[in-house]
Amino acid sequence: MRDDIFTKRRNGNLVFLLALLILSVGSIIITEYDVIKGFTSITRAVIWGGSNFYPDAESLRILPEIFPKLQETVLMSIAATTVAAVLALVLSLAGSQTTRINRIFSIVSRGIASLFRNIPIVAWAMVLMISFSQSPLTGYLALFFGSLGFLTRAFMETIDEVGNNSIEALQATGAGYFHIIFQAVLPASMPQMISWLLYMIETNIRDATLVGVLTGTGIGFSFDLYYKRFDYHAASLVVLLIVITVIVIELVSNNVRRVIL
Amino acid sequence: MALLELKNVTKNYNNECCALDNVSFSVDKGEFVSIIGPSGAGKSTLLRCINRMVEASSGEISVDGLISSSLSKKKLRKLRTKIGMIFQHYNLVDRLTVIENVLHGRLGYKSTLAGVLGRYSQEEKSQAYRIIEILGLNEQIYKRCDQLSGGQKQRVGIARALVQNPKIILCDEPIASLDPNASKIIMDHLGNISKEMGITIIVNLHQVEVALKYSDRIIGVNRGKVVFDGAPCDLTTRQIRDIYGSESEDLIIDLGERHAG
Amino acid sequence: MQFKELIVQETNNICEQLSSYEDRHTSFKELFLTKDTINFGPIKLLDRASIAMRTVILFLTVLTIYFFSTLDYQSIDVLKGFTDTFVNFKTMFLNPYAQRFTLGEAFYNVVVTLGLAFLTTLIGGIVALLLGLLAAQNLAPKQVTNLIKGFVAIIRAVPTILWVLIFAVAAGLGSAAAIIGMSFHSISYLTKAYSESFEDLDRSVIEALMASGANWWQIVFQAVIPSSVTYLLSWTFLRFEINFANAVAMGAAAGAGGIGFDLFMAGGFYFDLREVGFITYLIIAIAIALEVFSTNIKGKLQKSI
Repeated sequence: MRDDIFTKRRNGNLVFLLALLILSVGSIIITEYDVIKGFTSITRAVIWGGSNFYPDAESLRILPEIFPKLQETVLMSIAATTVAAVLALVLSLAGSQTTRINRIFSIVSRGIASLFRNIPIVAWAMVLMISFSQSPLTGYLALFFGSLGFLTRAFMETIDEVGNNSIEALQATGAGYFHIIFQAVLPASMPQMISWLLYMIETNIRDATLVGVLTGTGIGFSFDLYYKRFDYHAASLVVLLIVITVIVIELVSNNVRRVIL
Repeated sequence: MALLELKNVTKNYNNECCALDNVSFSVDKGEFVSIIGPSGAGKSTLLRCINRMVEASSGEISVDGLISSSLSKKKLRKLRTKIGMIFQHYNLVDRLTVIENVLHGRLGYKSTLAGVLGRYSQEEKSQAYRIIEILGLNEQIYKRCDQLSGGQKQRVGIARALVQNPKIILCDEPIASLDPNASKIIMDHLGNISKEMGITIIVNLHQVEVALKYSDRIIGVNRGKVVFDGAPCDLTTRQIRDIYGSESEDLIIDLGERHAG
Repeated sequence: MQFKELIVQETNNICEQLSSYEDRHTSFKELFLTKDTINFGPIKLLDRASIAMRTVILFLTVLTIYFFSTLDYQSIDVLKGFTDTFVNFKTMFLNPYAQRFTLGEAFYNVVVTLGLAFLTTLIGGIVALLLGLLAAQNLAPKQVTNLIKGFVAIIRAVPTILWVLIFAVAAGLGSAAAIIGMSFHSISYLTKAYSESFEDLDRSVIEALMASGANWWQIVFQAVIPSSVTYLLSWTFLRFEINFANAVAMGAAAGAGGIGFDLFMAGGFYFDLREVGFITYLIIAIAIALEVFSTNIKGKLQKSI
């Protein structure tokens, strides 16, 4: 009997490993991934990076050019997240199981959240590019729609987590819908929501780089420009600035989280 | 005329028979009534039908002369201000202070805007303060509720119900999550409230001994039916067996001790 | 001197008031007899947490307003932009149509993208398993965990697209650069997730095994991994979903191929909104299918273990 369990478990593990192996081989073939080239490229990239990909004294001349772009990207990410958060709050209150007004609103807002979350950011960038060309608004809106989908879902889960008990108590006292939202639901879920918001800002700064490369705006465009000119010293300076920005924001967020959660 | 009257109240969940089956009784002003019965007997449903947190399927419930099932949403809120409720898990907004949670009891009397902004009059605050003081929580008044012990949280729950100026307080397993010491404090407070303020207390209890000690009257429920309704001294071993069925074995020993003592 | 007296007097007053309240109310009977009002300050508690939250909200609001006020509205017609976008979305979602490729080709490219996501997740998972063990505080010394956590944070700070482009210099644009580049973020993400799952394991279990003479590897394979395997798998599935979205983006921005590249060509080269719509629908369908699949797997795993 005991042997059975062990053989069963071993067989299960074997099947799992075999499936992984088959999927890996299939993926390698279909993506035309050259495994050896892939892994050797790591050492080559390290050697190349060490000899070329670092900011030198000369590349510092581009700082006055890059700083406004970096500032624009950071502000764009923050503005997109903040405005998306306000709308996401409304959608999540309408969509959450515990605070919804009726079924139809709930389904509609869940649908919007799911749709916006799953439309690839590339599609947003492409479509917005056509109407807004290379304005910061293109990047702003692309980030905004993605954030709206993600934050709505995150806020909805937060509300469902904190909700129920205190909502029931306030209903029993005869409090109205808006009383309950403002006196129980929001105070209880605000810290978690702000934590999500800070996370979204970090993510959006990284995504802004991608959108920038695609649409030719912000810091992503600066990188692409120097990269395509083979000016790797300048490109590496851009990367360094992005890294510093993201890490600073992450450190600030972590400190804020420690205080509020 | 009785303060609370239930006539042939029946409740079915999902067309299944019967969380409550033809329940009728009436309760007078200032009475302390315990509802006892095994878990799943419908005690909680019965309590929630009184303030319509659960809608009864059929039957009539009148509170203070008003037939509650016929009330509009607005009138129902007004009725609920007259009925306080306290819960097993306290159902406080943990991140808010004691005084804020207590004042939530006033929300039913407020306009939407005043309630949303949390504007309370000096009279309301003074009243809340006096109640908190009597319940022995004046040192915790500005503490956040997540820093309180279980017994303290339940006293905040009582204060929230009292600040409503209720005629009835419904208590759903108020001491099920508390240690014996805290339980005694809570039950003593409830007893005093009914004696000194003339507020009707209806309490769901698990512990027969506690019901015997504090109640003016005991209602035994099993499978949604009222199987006993009378004074504590009339409750016999046989009737406890009726109420609790097979669960009754260890309970009867307690009762035996009471008769012996 | 005067000031000091004033303070003393004030303090006495407050004490008197407080003690008189304490004496007055001892039972519920008296609750409604007294009608006097107590002068009450604000009831909101301004502790560190709420001050921090208000500061964050204020700060973000100011920055948002600043962004909109400095935005260059001259070069574009904002209103026209929005109406155009609306019309474009209508075309995209109401008339999706593919003309430059067949349905079969589209599916093939979806599978390519899934393949990219799979290999990225696999490499990420294997490396992260090792790093995760070294980053777990109950399994490794503090210096090591701090080192790994710092390393992982720096990796995460570089956007995926930049990793891919940097590797493209060494390996050329294509699937190799994309997979290696994308693996970096998977490693970083999964290391954090795995190490937190490992840290959930009770210290006493490890102590018990250590007391019985088991070495580090035995503890890892007999206790740590078996007890956290559900979490590991569900985090990995979640990362696979994210990697699918990443693979679409890298196909578009770094020439990694797959459905992302088609999307980029349709939108950025041919300006064919109907085709963008078609591809978007396809991607949404796959993304939702993956989400449903991973929710199901999660449910099953939690039941069986």
